Amino acid sequence: MVGVSHYLVLSTVVFSIGVIGVLTRRNVIIILMSIELMLNAVNLNLVAFSDRLQDLSGQAFAVFVITVAAAEAAVGLGIIISLFRNRETVNVDEIDLLKG
Amino acid sequence: MELILFYCLASLLVLFAILTVTAYNPVRSAVYLIAALLQMAGLFLLMEAEFLAMVQILVYVGGIMVLFLFVIMLVAVREAERGRRAGRQWKTAVVLAMVLSAELLFFVVKGSEIFEAEAVPRAAIQVAETWNTQWVGVYLYTNYLLPFEIASVLLLVAMVGAVILTRKEL
Repeated sequence: MVGVSHYLVLSTVVFSIGVIGVLTRRNVIIILMSIELMLNAVNLNLVAFSDRLQDLSGQAFAVFVITVAAAEAAVGLGIIISLFRNRETVNVDEIDLLKG
Repeated sequence: MELILFYCLASLLVLFAILTVTAYNPVRSAVYLIAALLQMAGLFLLMEAEFLAMVQILVYVGGIMVLFLFVIMLVAVREAERGRRAGRQWKTAVVLAMVLSAELLFFVVKGSEIFEAEAVPRAAIQVAETWNTQWVGVYLYTNYLLPFEIASVLLLVAMVGAVILTRKEL
């Protein structure tokens, strides 16, 4: 049986990779994909604890996380499409509408 | 055996996650992310969460990632990969991410004894002859009925929002 700490360390590593992706990349689409990676790392935590404590609440919560991820991806990609239509770019450092 | 399987899946997951974040081409990035999500589904199977493993493959790989690929197709990859890969602040960002992961790892290592001590042996609660899917269904429709309904409203709102956002005249 794999200890829960194994899963926690793995999820920490994946989450950190996602954070690096969000903070360093310029492409908005890849930033959104990094966010999906981070959400998945959280799911790994939830399922690991659900397995270890033999309580399925963790898996129910993971289902909700997946729901929110799907909603977030739909809205985020919609924003990207209308942004690309108006600004002809998907690079975050060229999107400065709010800078005035 | 389980440990070997875990290490295989975990190393592949980390590898594909790194490739997702570092790939130049967004299409490649999306394909690597699909591979990473499949490894994650394998890990869910390892933890006896069959329902979630299937949902992971159906919803993430079959739904969300296909949506991503469609959008990448729509917004012209050539335009997207023009110029540098990382923003100007990448050094600060990497340092901050390292600090964050050090903090998280510190707490995981510090708390690992407690986590392990709380462990309940498998199949202590689940009655024989019932499946994981059945139990998740029972939880979703009894204990978590209200959140479940709110989640469905959230999906509806997201769908309407996405349709309105992508209209021509916006």
